[in-house]
Amino acid sequence: MKLRYLEVSVGLFVLLGIGALFYLAIQVSDITEYRDTDTYEVIAYFDQIGGLRTRAPVTVSGVRIGRVAAIRYDPERYQARVTLAIQSAHDYLPADTQASIFTAGLLGEQYIALEPGGDYEMLQDGDEVMFTQSALVLENMIGRFLINMAGD
Amino acid sequence: MIDFVARLGHSGLRWFAVLGRASTFLFRLLLALDAVVRRFALVVVEVHSIGVRSLLIIGVSGLFVGMVLGYQGYITLVQFGAAEALGGMVALSLVRELGPVVTALLFAGRAGSALTAEIALMKTTEQLSALEMMAVDPHRRVFVPRFFAGVLSMPLLAALFSAVGVMGGYIVGVGLLGVDSGSYFSQMQAMTDWRADVVSGVIKSVVFGFVVTWIAIFQGVDAEPTAEGISRATTQTVVVSALAVLGLDFVLTGLMFTGS
Repeated sequence: MKLRYLEVSVGLFVLLGIGALFYLAIQVSDITEYRDTDTYEVIAYFDQIGGLRTRAPVTVSGVRIGRVAAIRYDPERYQARVTLAIQSAHDYLPADTQASIFTAGLLGEQYIALEPGGDYEMLQDGDEVMFTQSALVLENMIGRFLINMAGD
Repeated sequence: MIDFVARLGHSGLRWFAVLGRASTFLFRLLLALDAVVRRFALVVVEVHSIGVRSLLIIGVSGLFVGMVLGYQGYITLVQFGAAEALGGMVALSLVRELGPVVTALLFAGRAGSALTAEIALMKTTEQLSALEMMAVDPHRRVFVPRFFAGVLSMPLLAALFSAVGVMGGYIVGVGLLGVDSGSYFSQMQAMTDWRADVVSGVIKSVVFGFVVTWIAIFQGVDAEPTAEGISRATTQTVVVSALAVLGLDFVLTGLMFTGS
């Protein structure tokens, strides 16, 4: 009888621990995001990416449809080469879609906002985004503001 | 002066000797790991005394640490108008750092000290020698089941600690301070990454479980077979484990969370 109690309590303990791991996976870290492996990749070149990081969200009208997969510097074009992984379900982006880097809130993280254009052709895997708008750098803005002030 | 240098050198050499004995002991322990399969019933008994009996202290500590994090995070975040991000802050601090580290410290105090005292008393009363006389390998019969049970229990306890802590933060943040329930969890899910945060935390807790149980069992085996020796070994277990856990945590955090 003593051993039965032991075994049952150990079994419950292990179950409880694994349950906690599942809780951490599903409720805390939202593992379901890892399931959207069905993505296609689009490349965008930016002059200035500011504080953009990999795994930053890619949105259309504020709805998240993908993530930034990779960022590297292209030494031939002298621009930042950003790879966007977009879920395959969202395959209706026109070829002249514009990609802009925005900031969520005043101090928030940076993300990529896509604005669909009017082309009949759609963006395919490996395509390049034609129009991009770089991240705003605060120092440049202040500099331009000061020059405008001096001109008046 | 010469005397002082000689004593310094002597204590240094003694430390090297302890480290050497600990390493050979670990090596023999790992060689005897097949006992886990052959004597699984013993492992179950040890998981009960190491893991199940630690449940209460881990659960209660986790709840209170989560609740304190809820309060403390709210006070800081509300100044930036970002009280909504409370869930992410609570979950990240728990899963990455506080869960594995605090659990390991409590584990060293609750289970590690008991292991050391038990094995040191076995040595003092010559039970270990008696086992060897009967051609029973104490590594297989006594040490390996305890070692494996410790390594198995620690990540489970750390996961429980984090999960209970997240609920504690929810009680304070949502229940008492009025953070929105939906944004508590959505911010948490947006900020916490499964592989980079949760899995790294689990790896940390496995490493801590390994180190703390190793130190505890070794201190028991290496204890001087007197009443005073047992008490010294038990103290040593808690002190050395705590230092090892905190030092290792720094190294592991540096390895795992560089960049983004």
